[in-house]
Amino acid sequence: MELLSYGFIQRAFLAALLISIITPLIGNIIVLKRLSTIGDALAHAGLAGVAIGLCAGLNPILSAVIFSIAAALAIEYIRRAFYRYSEMATAIVLSFGVGIAAVFSGFVKNSADFGSFLFGSIVAVSQFELYMVVILSIIVCIVMIILYRELFYITFDEEGAQLSGVPVKKVNFLFTLITAVTVSIASRTVGSLVISSLMTIPVACAMLISKSYKSNVVLSVMFALLFTISGLFISFLYDLKPGGTIVLIGIFVLIILLPFRRKN
Amino acid sequence: MSILKVKNLDFNYSDKQIIKNLSFSVEKGDFLCIVGTNGTGKSTLIKLILNLLKPDSGEILLYGKDSKNFKQFDKIAYVSQKATNFNAAFPATVEEVVSAGLYSKNGLFKFKKSTDKQQIKKALDTVGMYDFSKKLIGNLSGGQQQRVFIAKALVSSPEIIFLDEPTVGIDMKAVDSICCLLGDLNKKHKITIIMVTHDISSILYHANKVLNLSEDGHIRIISAEDYRNETISEHYRHDKNC
Repeated sequence: MELLSYGFIQRAFLAALLISIITPLIGNIIVLKRLSTIGDALAHAGLAGVAIGLCAGLNPILSAVIFSIAAALAIEYIRRAFYRYSEMATAIVLSFGVGIAAVFSGFVKNSADFGSFLFGSIVAVSQFELYMVVILSIIVCIVMIILYRELFYITFDEEGAQLSGVPVKKVNFLFTLITAVTVSIASRTVGSLVISSLMTIPVACAMLISKSYKSNVVLSVMFALLFTISGLFISFLYDLKPGGTIVLIGIFVLIILLPFRRKN
Repeated sequence: MSILKVKNLDFNYSDKQIIKNLSFSVEKGDFLCIVGTNGTGKSTLIKLILNLLKPDSGEILLYGKDSKNFKQFDKIAYVSQKATNFNAAFPATVEEVVSAGLYSKNGLFKFKKSTDKQQIKKALDTVGMYDFSKKLIGNLSGGQQQRVFIAKALVSSPEIIFLDEPTVGIDMKAVDSICCLLGDLNKKHKITIIMVTHDISSILYHANKVLNLSEDGHIRIISAEDYRNETISEHYRHDKNC
């Protein structure tokens, strides 16, 4: 408990808790649309933005956001172009992001800066970054509550949603936008390599035991909070990398839950 | 009064003409079956009417309005072919699935209303699935799932329901019960039904019109009774040749 008296630890906890609330909210839609790898693709595109931003002397978070949004739009475009092989879109964008990040990272003067985006630097979260996470979390929560019915309908039956008058294209665009911004901002705190796991593992755990869509959303947020809080404590106690610890706890819980999965 | 009018409709997939110069109309209270062999454009026709596909030429009027500009989403409902092929692992209850159908009535940015629960109950009661409302949709049989999708269509109290092969992949007993349910919706609830089907023998006693599409582009719209008589004599001829 003494840990929590330090300002940097308080900031780390608050940022991590907020991210672990919003990532499964987005993750539910992504997983149920069978686009689990989209988080990875956007995170890697964001990493390319970070590398270019650091090389060009721009704010790396801002360039990551721009790259992630461009990548999200590219994924939607490629998905439509390869309708029957739409899962290819994430692989193509992911490869492109890795390619650019790999090439430009060689020109980054301070490689520690680049590394902090790869694995996150949750204990180094500045006051400004915390504000960004707070504002982002408020926006994501508001959008997800207001568009709850629309997103559920689109995820379950996109054609049916369109015929019921849901503005499918506009809702999908807005969702893509907040996913891209969330991935790039959250990468700074928990790391590009971890963010996708936070979107999928809590949802996967919830799917094993949930009895409705609503309970799936609530349970996934609870699992994400559990992984994050326990992961942060364990990592601080044993001097481990927080992002990796959070993910490993999530996988551990998933393995424990597997035998208890509901019958389908 | 014609609630649906199709005039001189043409539609091509790549180079192949699927629908050629099709014209017909549907009156309020009709039960129209769209039949024909594979590839004659039955499902395509439903998608054209619902503006999910764009025709090459011709006109489709829903309640007198061009279907492209039709916005009275609560008046129509659609049970797609995909209904039986959906993701069975999707963690949604029967009640949640049916409540999605209320969107066309409630509209954008609206939260659940107190009356929604009663409407969901009424729709599920009509299809005999209220006792399953808390069950996950993936845990039901094919026939039960299809009843739920019909309840989802019914919940917004539509005037027309379009169904695209709703009995595909369902056992014969469930097919008969779904056909009876659709017959009831048409006769007791006065809902106009437009349905693409292959299971013509089960549904024919409930329908009043048949639109027969054939590969050579020959289109006929006849009464269900005439179609029944023709089919029986054709079967009889076929049996004699065996």
